[in-house]
Amino acid sequence: MSSIKYILGLFEDPDEMMHGIDKLQENNISIYDVFTPMPIHGIDKKLGVKRSRLDIVAFICGITGTLTGFSMIYFMLVMDWPMNIGGKPNFAIPDFIPITFELTVLFCAFGMVAAFFFRNHLFPGRAPRVMELRATADRFVIAIDANKGFDPSKVDNLLKEAGAVEIKHNDRKYVSYE
Amino acid sequence: MGAHQHSYNFSEQFDFTGKAKTLSIVGILLGIAAIAYGFLSGHTERTFLNLLLMSYYFTCVSAAGVFFCAVQFVAQAGWSAALLRVPQAFAKVLPIASIILIVVVSLGLFSHNLYHWNTPEGSEEFSSSKAFYLSPVFFLSRMVIFLGAYSIFAGLLTKTSVNEDLHGGLSSYKKSIKYSAIFLVIFGFTTPIWAFDTIMSLEADWFSTMFGWYNFAGMWVSGLSAITVTVILLKKAGYLGWLNDSHLHDLGKFVFAFSIFWTYIWFSQFLLIYYANMPEETVYFYKRLEGFYMPLFWLNLIINFMSPLLILMSRDAKRKTNSLLIVSILLLLGHYLDFYMMVMPGTLGLNAGFGIIEIGIILGFVGLFTFTMLTSLSKVPMIPKNHPFLEESLNHHI
Repeated sequence: MSSIKYILGLFEDPDEMMHGIDKLQENNISIYDVFTPMPIHGIDKKLGVKRSRLDIVAFICGITGTLTGFSMIYFMLVMDWPMNIGGKPNFAIPDFIPITFELTVLFCAFGMVAAFFFRNHLFPGRAPRVMELRATADRFVIAIDANKGFDPSKVDNLLKEAGAVEIKHNDRKYVSYE
Repeated sequence: MGAHQHSYNFSEQFDFTGKAKTLSIVGILLGIAAIAYGFLSGHTERTFLNLLLMSYYFTCVSAAGVFFCAVQFVAQAGWSAALLRVPQAFAKVLPIASIILIVVVSLGLFSHNLYHWNTPEGSEEFSSSKAFYLSPVFFLSRMVIFLGAYSIFAGLLTKTSVNEDLHGGLSSYKKSIKYSAIFLVIFGFTTPIWAFDTIMSLEADWFSTMFGWYNFAGMWVSGLSAITVTVILLKKAGYLGWLNDSHLHDLGKFVFAFSIFWTYIWFSQFLLIYYANMPEETVYFYKRLEGFYMPLFWLNLIINFMSPLLILMSRDAKRKTNSLLIVSILLLLGHYLDFYMMVMPGTLGLNAGFGIIEIGIILGFVGLFTFTMLTSLSKVPMIPKNHPFLEESLNHHI
């Protein structure tokens, strides 16, 4: 075995790539990941990608915002500095709702951005790392983990048969934009 | 990916016979019986108010069908093309609904059963600056012009769709976009006025600038729920085989989102009045938070906000036919309650009730709506076969 870590098959056409996925799966070669310049319908199901847990993150962030907003305004207007506003009770729930709502949205939005950065290994100032640069332009890429013990020449042949225009044997996982 | 192979019968037409027809006619007859009972038993005002409520609801749901079509055309939406005949059937009912509403309003106005401002003692309750606005001639001509305009656009949109079926090509679609854009501008500016006139002027001494949008939100949610219910029931009866769970998911998102929008508007109106605490405004909620109405006031929020929020939040619930159907029916009932809470407390006050008259008139209008809507649905094929986005809609997947 050489020092190949990942085998990348680059396709020009999404249909050919989908065909390539079928071919590989028929031969029991597990696919590490697929990179495409645009979303392709039905690809999640084909690859067996699990449903995103983003909604759970969104809910947790939102409920944190709700509790923060409500307890903050409760502390301010009921405990720390009660004020008489229009003769209403200090604990006037309808008045609390707009701020609670806004903080829910704010926490949810910030939490989503943070979750996005975290999951994609991105951060402002950090050079993004990808497995193949042209996957963001005009190539549809299938990546196969070479350490899973597949015969590289068999994988190459299958990819070529399916219509791959280029096959790369990478000895490192990521290339950087830098 | 190439287009999926499909073998749908695009000339399939709805066959309006059997149980649906019998039941809707029974509903209409029950409604007529309830109206007769109401007048003969001396509950004239209550009967008129119920007629107003249900004919307004009926018109709202039909108008929401036109609005749905118009929004889809202006947004150049593809997903909805395969179900567009359902809101179009709603749109075709709008002229009938408008005539009924105008007849009910004029009869109620001139017999002094509706609109207290038209009586000598009633007109003293509000300032003279409203006198011109609330004069019967101006009032009725406004209503006729608005509803007439909506009906004309409803006719234009359904007619271009039928022309598209016959001739194909893009010209009908382009025309539809143009009509829809004009309709949306007119509709957007006039629905608040229509709501002020029809419902808010029942209590002419009270006013709220949020009221128009509040009614619009209720109209749009109930229209969307009615469209969803119709689509699901047609699908269960074996029609619309080309609709998949992604279409239902999109309808579910619409229902969910606009229920939240309704709550947002409801709360905006409530918060402003609560916060400003001016007696001439708070009287509206004071009436609704006492006695018989108090539980209904909270029930309104539970049905129209909590039930879609809690039941429809997850993706699976929107894709399951039965949960979506249950929420849509709940919302249709909930928005009846919402309109009931707009109409009754300020007019009948604590004399209002819920009995034979209410149930009979609800059944009557539900029957009338089902009958007229399904009749117009059965006249054209169930799918606009030359719609430019039809292929996208048939392959809709989210």
